[in-house]
Amino acid sequence: MSDQRTGAPTFADVNRDVLRTLEPPGNLYFAWMCVVVLILTGGLLAWVGQVWWGMGMAGKRTPQMWAMYITTFVFWIGIGHAGTLISAVLYLFRARWRTSIFRAAEAMTIFAVLTAGLFPLIHAGRMWFAYFLLPYPNQRYLWPNFRSPLVWDVFAISTYLSISTIFFIVGLVPDVAALRDASSGWRRRIYGMLSLGWEGSDSQWRHYRRAYGLFAALATPLVLSVHSVVSWDFAVALVPGWHSTLFAPFFVDGAIFSGFAMVVVLTLPMRHFFRLHVYITDRHLDAMAKLILVTGLVLTYFYVCEIFTSLYSGDHFEKASLFWKVTKTYAWALWTMYFCNCIAPLVLFWKKARTSPTTLYVVSILVLIGMWFERFNIIVPSLAHDFYPYTWGIYVPTLTDSAIVIGSFAWFFLLFLGFIKLMPSLSIVEVKETLPPPIRDRGHAGHH
Amino acid sequence: MPAITETVLGVFAHVDTTVRALEELKAKGYHDLTVYTPVPIHEIEDVVERDRPVSRVRLFTLLGGLTGTASGFILTIWSAMQWGLVTGGKPVASIPAYVVIAFELTILFGGVATLIGMVALGRLPKFRPSRAFDPRFTNDRFGVAVHCAPERSASVREILRAAGAEEVKTP
Repeated sequence: MSDQRTGAPTFADVNRDVLRTLEPPGNLYFAWMCVVVLILTGGLLAWVGQVWWGMGMAGKRTPQMWAMYITTFVFWIGIGHAGTLISAVLYLFRARWRTSIFRAAEAMTIFAVLTAGLFPLIHAGRMWFAYFLLPYPNQRYLWPNFRSPLVWDVFAISTYLSISTIFFIVGLVPDVAALRDASSGWRRRIYGMLSLGWEGSDSQWRHYRRAYGLFAALATPLVLSVHSVVSWDFAVALVPGWHSTLFAPFFVDGAIFSGFAMVVVLTLPMRHFFRLHVYITDRHLDAMAKLILVTGLVLTYFYVCEIFTSLYSGDHFEKASLFWKVTKTYAWALWTMYFCNCIAPLVLFWKKARTSPTTLYVVSILVLIGMWFERFNIIVPSLAHDFYPYTWGIYVPTLTDSAIVIGSFAWFFLLFLGFIKLMPSLSIVEVKETLPPPIRDRGHAGHH
Repeated sequence: MPAITETVLGVFAHVDTTVRALEELKAKGYHDLTVYTPVPIHEIEDVVERDRPVSRVRLFTLLGGLTGTASGFILTIWSAMQWGLVTGGKPVASIPAYVVIAFELTILFGGVATLIGMVALGRLPKFRPSRAFDPRFTNDRFGVAVHCAPERSASVREILRAAGAEEVKTP
């Protein structure tokens, strides 16, 4: 730290430190922005090419109609889960360590869902007909089939996006008010509007706190339901390798696992560049690493269950599908996944590894790679080798869909980079709440 | 006829002095108070909320959630009845499948209603700052604004100062 402070930061320190993160960025930031925009442009051009020349550009041939787009869609939806878990579930459990990372994690959730939401549209091909997804009747008064998991998905994802956005914006209101009172000029006017004229009076806090608790209570079942609904897109179908009741918990656990890895990937550089070591301490890294470890172990257990059930089922197609996945064309993807998701996180059993930023960063990146491959392994090899030999078929990525998938990462990082310079990436109010409040006469105030 | 009132504002740097002032004011019969804090503080809430009912936001959540559940089932069952086509040997109104839609709408409507409740009950958005508000209250200072009859303002000032206010003023 530049200023030599001792002990816990004071309330005014928090305001100052958060304001510091919003100072005009340096060259490194713009260099990153340029890289991200360049990659995004590549993705956009690829998408224009796909619209112009058709879905064949993306390597879509029966039976491989889902391929990388739906893989990446499920991946991004999963990433979002850690944010809601931190902001809602850990809030209800009163886990105080969440306060310094939850804002960044919530922003991550919204940006991840916004990224995920692009994929069904890109995948639909003629995306100007995307409004077909909305529940409304056609000219013959025929409504969408509400029994279809794909329709459930539309409801689940849009509810998830709406509720996490509300949660995020409500959390921002008192913080933006603090920014308003510390800034001047056009920033002050914009922050003033966004803060809704928040003053922190007792009646405002009274309703705010009650509402915040209720949002957390609503978001908790939601976070468990969203990826369950996504998993039913697969589990309700009869394809070997998909048709399993295991899928809902399996997906939810994997989502939290990958989401926490992404939180680590985002918060470690944030802590480094914004010098937030006072707020994001080794204790936070330790807690996140433990969650990655636990969800990783649970995931390993699910993998074992998946293999066991298909061997024990006596179902020829299940066994054939499993054998094909483990040994044939896409076996490398499966073994990469096992290594990244089951072996790599085991390092986190050591406390040294949990608090070492480098180790934690490397493990998190491996987990993200592993979890992307998990969705790939569910979608591509299962479709490649189902019931009848004449429906078998291999999928090979093309330049178009690869560029779009890589571009989606650029889009996500563009949103996140923009966010950290415009809004407080550390919650002013919640960090203050965990600090000891200013007390003048120590003797009289010990009734906690 | 509304009585003419005056507002006296005490600015505090500490939680314990703020609590002392609030206790003293309440004991002397001043109940028309506005307390400004940068974060919700338990000790202050305990004093301020003592004789107040729980926030009614939860009523909004309940009604919103129930509306969501009802509309989820009404939408799915009613629209399935529009074309009574039996598929897969399942009933036209397949309740278990519709639970998912009803669940999602429960959460969605509940959340939106909670937001409306919070905004409406908290009197937001506020286009002009209150007279007693001071920008320091979103940083590290606590404010106690007392609305009282003009002839009693001197004694209010005395209470605030005795409790340890670092500044007492009429905004």
